[in-house]
Amino acid sequence: MKLLLKIWRQQNSETEGKIVDYMLDDVSPDMSFLEMLDVLNEKLIHKGEEPVAFDHDCREGICGACSLMINGVPHGPEKATTTCQLHMRKFTDGQEIVIEPWRAAPFPVIKDLVVDRGSFDRIIQKGGFISASTGSAQDGNTILVSKIDADASMDAAACIGCGACVAACKNGSASLFVAAKLSHLGLLPQGQPERSTRVLAMVMQMDEEGFGSCTNTYDCEAACPKGISVKNIARMNRDYLKASLFGV
Amino acid sequence: MITLDSKIPSGPITEKWDKHRAEMKLVNPANKRKYTVIVVGTGLAGSAAASSLAELGYNVECFTFHDSPRRAHSIAAQGGINAAKNYQNDGDSIWRLFYDTVKGGDFRAREANVYRLAQVSVNIIDQCVAQGVPFAREYGGYLANRSFGGAQVSRTFYAKGQTGQQLLLGAYSALSRQIGAGTVNMHNRKEMLDLVLVDGHARGIVTRDLVSGKIESFAADAVILATGGYANVFYLSTNAKACNVTSIYRAHKKGAGFANPCYTQIHPTCIPVSGDHQSKLTLMSESLRNDGRIWVPKNKGDKRPADQIPEKDRDYYLERKYPSFGNLSPRDIASRAAKEACDDGRGVGPGGYGVYLDFEDSIKRLSEATIAERYGNLFEMYERITGENPYKSPMRIYPAPHYTMGGLWVDYNLMSTIPGLHVLGEANFSDHGANRLGASALMQGLADGYFVIPYTIGHYLASDKSTKVTTEHPEFKKAMEEATAQTQRLLAINGKRSTNSFHRELGLLMWDKCGMARTEKSLKEALDRIPELREEFWNNVKVTGKGEELNQSLEHAGRVADFLEFAELMCHDALEREESCGGHFREEYQTEDGEALRNDDKFCHAAVWEYNGANKKPIRYKEELTFDNVHLATRSYK
Ligand SMILES: Cc1cc2nc3c(=O)[nH]c(=O)nc-3n(C[C@H](O)[C@H](O)[C@H](O)COP(=O)(O)OP(=O)(O)OC[C@H]3O[C@@H](n4cnc5c(N)ncnc54)[C@H](O)[C@@H]3O)c2cc1C
Ligand code: SF4
Ligand code: FES
Repeated sequence: MKLLLKIWRQQNSETEGKIVDYMLDDVSPDMSFLEMLDVLNEKLIHKGEEPVAFDHDCREGICGACSLMINGVPHGPEKATTTCQLHMRKFTDGQEIVIEPWRAAPFPVIKDLVVDRGSFDRIIQKGGFISASTGSAQDGNTILVSKIDADASMDAAACIGCGACVAACKNGSASLFVAAKLSHLGLLPQGQPERSTRVLAMVMQMDEEGFGSCTNTYDCEAACPKGISVKNIARMNRDYLKASLFGV
Repeated sequence: MITLDSKIPSGPITEKWDKHRAEMKLVNPANKRKYTVIVVGTGLAGSAAASSLAELGYNVECFTFHDSPRRAHSIAAQGGINAAKNYQNDGDSIWRLFYDTVKGGDFRAREANVYRLAQVSVNIIDQCVAQGVPFAREYGGYLANRSFGGAQVSRTFYAKGQTGQQLLLGAYSALSRQIGAGTVNMHNRKEMLDLVLVDGHARGIVTRDLVSGKIESFAADAVILATGGYANVFYLSTNAKACNVTSIYRAHKKGAGFANPCYTQIHPTCIPVSGDHQSKLTLMSESLRNDGRIWVPKNKGDKRPADQIPEKDRDYYLERKYPSFGNLSPRDIASRAAKEACDDGRGVGPGGYGVYLDFEDSIKRLSEATIAERYGNLFEMYERITGENPYKSPMRIYPAPHYTMGGLWVDYNLMSTIPGLHVLGEANFSDHGANRLGASALMQGLADGYFVIPYTIGHYLASDKSTKVTTEHPEFKKAMEEATAQTQRLLAINGKRSTNSFHRELGLLMWDKCGMARTEKSLKEALDRIPELREEFWNNVKVTGKGEELNQSLEHAGRVADFLEFAELMCHDALEREESCGGHFREEYQTEDGEALRNDDKFCHAAVWEYNGANKKPIRYKEELTFDNVHLATRSYK
């Protein structure tokens, strides 16, 4: 396959970036999207040019590092698939592919396609946990959790913290990410004592980081590689209202 | 000269840890905040250690080269975590988990450590449940278990196919709570480049900020390395792309003994290589072997598609050779058998390095819906990667490097041969001997981090009489200058080959000569070739960009430079261990029917290597292993 790649190049957070065109031939349909970029980078290195910087690590769809906007769609055209799991057989010979970083004010570009997602960590640090210090736990089977709740909690906990939901949202809202964590913990009995303080603290931090508000367009759900449901956002809103009205 | 004092407490094995805990020194609560501990790595081991130490009141400086602690490679573990809870009432016990782990490790692990691991395994599950890890549950609300990796009891706890992710997110949440509370100072995107010793004690590290390129140093009262395994020495492995040997190898060069570097685990069920562009290998969960049958054509060069090969022309070689364990034979055995079949010219798929994992019979017996319910997500993943539908034609699998049992030598307190330097998780050598059982790495990482180091580091700090140091000390300046010089040297070469091409070449060499099967000849060839390759690297590598910015080529080059030295250490170790055990298979040492042949008279020890200067052969020491509780016996899975 032969491709025309249009890639966002930006030296660092201080400089302005621009789209640069690269022609790439000999792309095998069996390559993953990132392997295709590896091939491009090898070529650039040979020419003495700087390779394209992008975040990645596990290449198995679980670490949440990879984060590319492919033809305007976070993680590209295949549903429920991270960039690293996307394969070139989903593209056609001669196709033009535009590759950009996540665009959102709380995710500033560091270089090329690499962004800073530290805002997600700071939201978790405010309350995305159960305060259970090491050594204080009772026997695991003394806390019963219905299979239904455990499964629902697990579905929400599957979030990989990639930020595609934010990149997809016209408001740059982090609601899906935050709501997923709140549901994961809030659906479990262990998560109840801090349920109200948690939602207030995490939502406050989300606002402080400059994420936009949710206007129910559901673009986040469509972009999420892990199928996190917008129902979690409704649950977050209920919890938030309850905590604000009745105190903690 | 290094001294290996394992510091195993006296007394019966069942009482050693309790006795030790009662005897270890404590740091007074008010004094804890006067101590600073550096933790490098935020995988299960590092996150668990950093959060637990901060909860106790220590100041923690924690480092990762990832953009967030949550991205550590532990996130990728699928199958589950073992614990001797015996919730299933099926005869499990601490003793049995201990026994299975010692036997599974082919009698090359330290009994006392393994027993403690089995003991604290039960606390891990409790801790994780309390943190909100959404383990699978039965309808009654109790924790569910499954059997895993050939164990005869059901002791594996799991969270769908994402157990590592959920355990890591649990540890990450505990760590985040401490970061929020200001007790852990978290440094993301900072890579440790060197260890700093003052008066022979580990007192700090040198790092490179991966965004600004700044070289910095940090001082502390003790250093913990929890930086994971080195399977990427093979280039292609199931590990994440950034996994590397740098932190432990640099510590090794500063004097830490490296134990059993040649013990590597090759996982039998990975998706085969599809072409030269391949950048990593994907693991297909071992659980597939519960319902899939492994086979190759009986005849060499049989190129018919799978569905046109009749039963009589198929060789279900695991079922044939190991009738009692069959498709569930342990990892090392299953991997070697696949290699044998392919080397014999009977492999399938492009390139001939693959074997079939066939679900046809199970689909007939149980229905496609049942198989989809059990393995749906794995089948999807397989199809996404290969473009083939495993419901219609059998999967193709091949073994791939997966886990490294070797690592820095540590004593019972998890301290290396350098006082103050502690090593946790996959980075140490402690518990798995020559072969790790499935679902035991997660257990070990969390045991080390949550339940061992919080006690033993207190003992070290309370006993250590050295005075405080700061980064003004000349040793810090010296280490920073060295790190800066290495970075500049890499950037100045401006040769013709990319770092990746060297990494690939080294990987292939190691896979051929020091992989699933090794011989004296192949290892000597590797030992000849590695220094040449290293020489070429330092003269001909091309690293673009500058040092004072985000520069992924530079990061990779630094890691590959260390792999190019470390690979030699691995080959020395494999060459001198003239026996076959667990993941280390020397073709010269096998039984008549091709099984691993241990030599307990000569090699019932851990080999510990001391660095002896650039381009010099390292020095080999031994920690003799004694088996007082599980008697030395030949593993048999027939
Ligand atoms: C695909 C796969 C599936 C697996 N499945 C299972 C399973 O089902 N059950 C099981 O028990 N085990 C499993 N394992 C093994 C297990 O996941 C690992 O052994 C374990 O998670 C390692 O944890 P760790 O904390 O030691 O290291 P890691 O999780 O690898 O963490 C290493 C940390 O160190 C940091 N680091 C490394 N070097 C530096 C440096 N120089 N400077 C700064 N930071 C550094 C990294 O950023 C990272 O944070 C699996 C492994 C793989 C590859
Ligand atoms: S909710 Fe989905 S899209 Fe958003 S961070 Fe989590 S996994 Fe990524
Ligand atoms: S690289 Fe880990 S999710 Fe894509």
